[in-house]
Amino acid sequence: MSRATTKSVLASRKQQAMDRAAGNSLGRDAWRRLSANRAAMTSLGVLVFITLAVIIGPWLTSYDYFSQDYDAIWQAPSLATGHWFGTDQVGRDLFARTLTGGRISLMVGIVTTLVSLVIGVTYGAVAGFVGGKTDSLMMRAVDILYSLPFMFFVILLVVFFGRNLFLLFAAIGAVSWLDMARIVRGQTLAIKSQPYIEAARMAGAGTVRIISRHVVPNLAGIVVVYVTLTIPQVILFESFLSYLGLGVQPPATSWGALINDGTGEMSVAPWLVLIPSIFLAVTLFCFNFIGDGLRDALDPKDR
Amino acid sequence: MLLRVDNLAIEFATHSGPVSAVRDLSFTIDHGESVGIVGESGSGKSQSVLALMGLLADNARVAGSARLAGPGNAAPVELIGARARVLRRVRGARIAMIFQDPMTALNPHLRIATQMTELVRTHLGVSKREATERAVAMLEAVRIPQAARRMRAYPHQFSGGMRQRVMIAMALACEPELLIADEPTTALDVTVQDEILETIAELRAATNTALLLITHDLGVVAGQCARTIVMQHGQVVEQGATERIFEQPAATYTQDLLAAIPRL
Repeated sequence: MSRATTKSVLASRKQQAMDRAAGNSLGRDAWRRLSANRAAMTSLGVLVFITLAVIIGPWLTSYDYFSQDYDAIWQAPSLATGHWFGTDQVGRDLFARTLTGGRISLMVGIVTTLVSLVIGVTYGAVAGFVGGKTDSLMMRAVDILYSLPFMFFVILLVVFFGRNLFLLFAAIGAVSWLDMARIVRGQTLAIKSQPYIEAARMAGAGTVRIISRHVVPNLAGIVVVYVTLTIPQVILFESFLSYLGLGVQPPATSWGALINDGTGEMSVAPWLVLIPSIFLAVTLFCFNFIGDGLRDALDPKDR
Repeated sequence: MLLRVDNLAIEFATHSGPVSAVRDLSFTIDHGESVGIVGESGSGKSQSVLALMGLLADNARVAGSARLAGPGNAAPVELIGARARVLRRVRGARIAMIFQDPMTALNPHLRIATQMTELVRTHLGVSKREATERAVAMLEAVRIPQAARRMRAYPHQFSGGMRQRVMIAMALACEPELLIADEPTTALDVTVQDEILETIAELRAATNTALLLITHDLGVVAGQCARTIVMQHGQVVEQGATERIFEQPAATYTQDLLAAIPRL
């Protein structure tokens, strides 16, 4: 290696080291630490691939997800027939069904988790931080909602508003923020007694600023992990509702619904349960690894 | 007269009845003056200061008065029982505070730059760039090397002494008229203690900031404060010029405290 190259390599290393020391924002910092985590990055890659597949995939096949074909039932996965993942008991193409079902599963998982994240964090942080009577009142409200029989609640919603996807988001979102609020409140109680909160008060910061600048960033680690646990939970929940006929309505489908259908045909056509299960399991794994990686990445003390 | 405290009394309502923490505390601080409050732990020093800032626990009852001279020729501001909005404009802007434990008094998830510039912007209402310039200047003033670069660091990347310097820089960034230091050197190494006290003294001299120093260490008071208040069990035992208290302590408790200083 020539001298000049060595020099430039050294210079760029030095630049990198300085960038590392200086950084730019919490987000960029976290990203740098996350990208060093191989399991998390692999998971992220797989997840992006699944997401793209779910969005683009259904257009790649000549079959759609609802057309029945009684000449081609229970066909095993094969490249020759064009049924890459095989067909089900009424001859519908499993490739198209798995990927369109994935759209619903992922959408339910992400949208409802975001809803529960926003409501839960705000509610929990305010209750925990303000404390006293406000806290008691807010948390008793959560307890009451928690004690409502959930299935009864969903059935009522369906009876009143009819079946649609939006209702599914609303129903699952309405229960999943309760857990988030409780966890966030507990964590806020711990953060509240930290000296830097008192220091911030002493420096003239108001309640809103303290919550948004001092409490919420310190919640990030635990919240992120909980989010990555909530997404799989919500996806499973959706499949449970679909199984009861309260969720996705046929011929539309989701991974959970496909797995439920597939279990009935397991002895004749095992691919009907295997393929959607692999998609679901891989997705859930990926979310868990990413959550784990994010937790480490969001803690500036942990390098 | 910058601050005049009259007959301050603090009581805590507990399950076993009211507990009195501070009784009949009166003192004054002039612009640029330095006053020390000395006493053992539990003597009510810290609670008195929290009362001035309106930050006592919810079960506390405060009586008496503490008047902070208005800015310029404005009427004095009563701090005891003041509205939250009034207090927020005093805290950090007119009265700033340094805490005992610099390891926990900074938010671990925010960069020094964020914590400092937000404070400056809240109270001085300047642009982000001006706030950053001011913050860097303050860090340089407390002798943090490579201040501009260190602004981007997180609190855990500083040593204890350095963090206390950052705390001092933050406290003085908005040019308060009164700096309250609650055991500012207790958590630090002896060698670092002197440097920190020196830094405070230097900056104070340059900006004519008054100092209220709370400590259990008579040695610290001797070096820093013109006047000293000795407290025990929530009451003032003795107050006066520091020199006089050291040479002719009137109260037996003060004599005991002086006798308890280890001599090398």
